[in-house]
Amino acid sequence: MEPLVTFADLFPNGVWRYAAGGALIGLGTAVIYLATAIPAGASTFLESTLSYISEASRFNRAKYIASRDWRVAFTLSIVAGAAVYALAFGDFGWTTEVSWWRLLVGGVLVGVGTRIGKGCTSGHGICGVGSVAPTSLVNVATFLGVAIVTAQLVQAAGVSP
Amino acid sequence: MFLPVVVVGGLIFGFGLGLSRMARPEVVLDFLQFEDFGLLFVLGVGSVVAGTAFAIGVNVLDRAPLTGRAYARRLKSFDRNVLTGGVIFGVGWGISGICPGAAYASVGIGNYPVLIAISGMFLGAYAQGIWRSRTADGSAASAASD
Repeated sequence: MEPLVTFADLFPNGVWRYAAGGALIGLGTAVIYLATAIPAGASTFLESTLSYISEASRFNRAKYIASRDWRVAFTLSIVAGAAVYALAFGDFGWTTEVSWWRLLVGGVLVGVGTRIGKGCTSGHGICGVGSVAPTSLVNVATFLGVAIVTAQLVQAAGVSP
Repeated sequence: MFLPVVVVGGLIFGFGLGLSRMARPEVVLDFLQFEDFGLLFVLGVGSVVAGTAFAIGVNVLDRAPLTGRAYARRLKSFDRNVLTGGVIFGVGWGISGICPGAAYASVGIGNYPVLIAISGMFLGAYAQGIWRSRTADGSAASAASD
């Protein structure tokens, strides 16, 4: 009897790149954490960088001012690390087909949501889940469930890509 | 040494985001639409590796060599914002397939349209910051806490 779902159905692109990529994402986090005790997330960069140009009290909290310089360095390093990957693996110059309005609307909601929710896929998803932190587990379960429903609705509405 | 270590960590982090293909919104959308479950390995393996470092720091080591900070788990207080923010982020992630770290990495692979998404993130972060600054200034007794 044929199995209902095969491995190839669930992972049409295999798993090694996903697992190896995930391991490196974790390793990058681990290097910074073990050297500094700072759990580095990617979304705080948005608010801390806005402190350079805005007087609003929200952006000018001490912890943003104190971390904004290294967060810029961290983000530029993420860009550079991905560029090294792309050049090494011949992946450089790939561009998305996802429409501009989806990128814009999605981006705005991501900007609002990660900041109100205290973190993103790296802050809650990698550092928080790695810490077995209840708040992060709840946040990840929430955004994962909502994102799945949203993406399926968008697909069902015939929007592609 | 602080900045060089942050840079090395960021380079590895960004390389991993590229290799995992999470820097492509299409791959994230395929995952959310149940066409390729590979992203479970990115999040799973990533949090296990990071979690190992957190466990070593908290249980074995004393203070971080570069900052003198005590190691602690990443714990945030729970309140309604965690759910509200999670829902809003989830809708945004489901529409675009883009999250902050992956978006920065996407710039690195030359995916220039993602700059639209990053501009959107700054707009969103700015709007909520202005709103929360007003809320906090208007009612000093119940300042918006993180």
